[in-house]
Amino acid sequence: MNVLVFLIPISLFLGALGMVACLWTLRTRQYDDLEGDAARVLLDREPEDP
Amino acid sequence: MTALADPHDLVEARRHMVLSVPDMRCAGCIAGVEGALKALPEVGEARVNLGEKQVRVSGRFTDAAPLIAALDAKGFTAREMDETALAPTVDAEGRGLLMRIGVAGFGMMNVMILSVAIWSGASEVTRDLFHWISAAIAVPAVIYAARPFAASALTALRVGRVNMDVPISLAIFLALGMSVHEAYVGGEDAWFDAALSLTLFLLIGRYLDHRTRRAARSAAAALTALEVPRATLVEDGRDRVVPTAELAIGDHIRVVPGARVPVDAEVVEGEADLDRSLLTGESLPVHAAPGTDVAAGETVLDAPLVLRTTAVGEDTSLRRMARAVAVAEGARGKHVALADKAARIYAPLVHSLAAIGFTGWFIATGDVHKSLLVAVALLIITCPCALGLAVPAVSVSASGRMFKLGLLLKSATALERLAQVDAIVLDKTGTLTTGTARLDHLGPEAASVALGLARASDHPVSRAIAAALPDVRAAELTAVREVSGEGVEGRWKGRPVRLGRSPTGTELVLPDRDPIDVSPTEALRPGAVELIAAAQRAGLPVMLLSGDRTAPVRRLAEALNLPDWRAEADPQDKLALLREQAAQGRKVLMVGDGLNDAGALAAAHVSIAPATALDAARAASDAVLLGGDLSVIPKALDLSQQARRRILQNFGLAATYNAISIPIAMAGLATPLMAAAAMSTSSILVVLNAIRLRVR
Repeated sequence: MNVLVFLIPISLFLGALGMVACLWTLRTRQYDDLEGDAARVLLDREPEDP
Repeated sequence: MTALADPHDLVEARRHMVLSVPDMRCAGCIAGVEGALKALPEVGEARVNLGEKQVRVSGRFTDAAPLIAALDAKGFTAREMDETALAPTVDAEGRGLLMRIGVAGFGMMNVMILSVAIWSGASEVTRDLFHWISAAIAVPAVIYAARPFAASALTALRVGRVNMDVPISLAIFLALGMSVHEAYVGGEDAWFDAALSLTLFLLIGRYLDHRTRRAARSAAAALTALEVPRATLVEDGRDRVVPTAELAIGDHIRVVPGARVPVDAEVVEGEADLDRSLLTGESLPVHAAPGTDVAAGETVLDAPLVLRTTAVGEDTSLRRMARAVAVAEGARGKHVALADKAARIYAPLVHSLAAIGFTGWFIATGDVHKSLLVAVALLIITCPCALGLAVPAVSVSASGRMFKLGLLLKSATALERLAQVDAIVLDKTGTLTTGTARLDHLGPEAASVALGLARASDHPVSRAIAAALPDVRAAELTAVREVSGEGVEGRWKGRPVRLGRSPTGTELVLPDRDPIDVSPTEALRPGAVELIAAAQRAGLPVMLLSGDRTAPVRRLAEALNLPDWRAEADPQDKLALLREQAAQGRKVLMVGDGLNDAGALAAAHVSIAPATALDAARAASDAVLLGGDLSVIPKALDLSQQARRRILQNFGLAATYNAISIPIAMAGLATPLMAAAAMSTSSILVVLNAIRLRVR
């Protein structure tokens, strides 16, 4: 069971990492225009960001 | 006047603009629109929002004209939007909810990993350790994520009411408290994962609900923003564009053909035909000369007018009408949403069940701890997860499909009210009909002359004639001029020709020939026949209610085989009729577009206005028809009935789950594992059931 000493912090760290990533996507407003972002992938040249 | 109104100051002041570009559909359009705008020297940045079909531009420009021209050259129709009327782009509430969903979701995942370990046999010290780690994650996560429910529950309790959020908050926080206690005493079962997943599922429901409302609100705001309230002020012989709000009584304003009169006024200079159909439903234009009173909302058709304003702001007839509409709307607040009805039954039921469970166990065993555990298990297992998702999941799915059809729901309960409709009342002018001409009887020469003349004028009759001759080449005419109230004159091969007023309607006069009658007949809007046929098939009585004169109304009613019609109804008549129907218990769907319909639209059980309708009519309606096709309405009615069935089925599903789990929880046999399984499966089932909706 000693392995838990490593495994639990690792799992908690990964979880926290996921949450921070999720909050980052929110803060950088990546959900404002889902349809447009989906279409922009297809552009040859991304028009520069505002 | 403020300095802002001066065009020279505008160069520095105006840096942002929002344009509506409804034709954008694909990646190529994004590149095309942004490219076309950025190619202009005065534009700094341009960013398309494809979902909202808008482009946000910043740079040094004074007005939208060059931007619109640049987009036009690329084949996009663009219109300037009034930014002040647009919904704020930052959706603080939605982002807050998403944050909470994120926190609850990741918290739940981590706690679930530990819980699985406990369920699969971790014991003694390991279990206690896992419980404590779970507590360390769950307590802050729940306190943060469940705040909206706690806040709403507290507000309700403070005014002595019980809403759905009371049992929710009670379940979440009791579960949390009990679990911490269990961890402390080294007990077997802790409900950390249940508290978090309960919070997560309910937050998702809340977010879906919020999104539906916000999408409807911002789309409605976008419609309003399309009408930039400006007026051309004539001052010291100079024209100046000012916001309508800055006009004062006695100001002289100029209104060009095709524009709407911004305020109530009196004609000072010029003669023109006015289209009053939005205000009165009359299909024929009326003539205005110096001295004629004109009302805000009327459209000037064929010649520019100079007007002296007689009423501005809140005193205009348009505003007075809008206030009457607001009063009529108050009566509609009585509709109780299905979710609230469910909550009224649900909340007391759950509370009494929990109380019975607690007292029963306490009397039987005298063990407070065990009794409390049973009560908590009951609260969690009867969790309204599925109930909380039952309505929003269906609403999101249904309003998304309606939007694809071209019907925009503005009100949160419109979907439920649409499903109850048992009668339809239709306005005529502008709703069922649009004015067009039938010109099959014109020879090729006559047709080309008619088109040449018609193109020279903005009068609706001319426009209808031009629209009816799409494949014709216009004849080359000289000396074309429009005579206000009379028509268009010109010379063709050196000889006079005329398109204009005749004793019976409109005529085309060619050299050496009898005048040809080209009077426009009212054409049905596409889908009108389908709408009426579908309604009659479904057994819904349909009534035609118009402000127009008796003859055209009767003609249309007979053509459409509608036995029930009424003509020459003024706005009060319309309102009275709708109120009468409501008093008889009829749930009427009203479709109308004019200011004269606004009161009736607001008084109807549910109402739809076409996108071409006047602002006030759109504001008074529950839904806006974006395309011109009326056949969307029966489809939407069908969709709303399906949605209602799905909601009821979802309630049924949730109730079935509870019927099975309540006895188990009462017997004290419920485990956190069971709760987790029941909660997730019922929520998934409810969502799957919601997305089964289909447009037929």
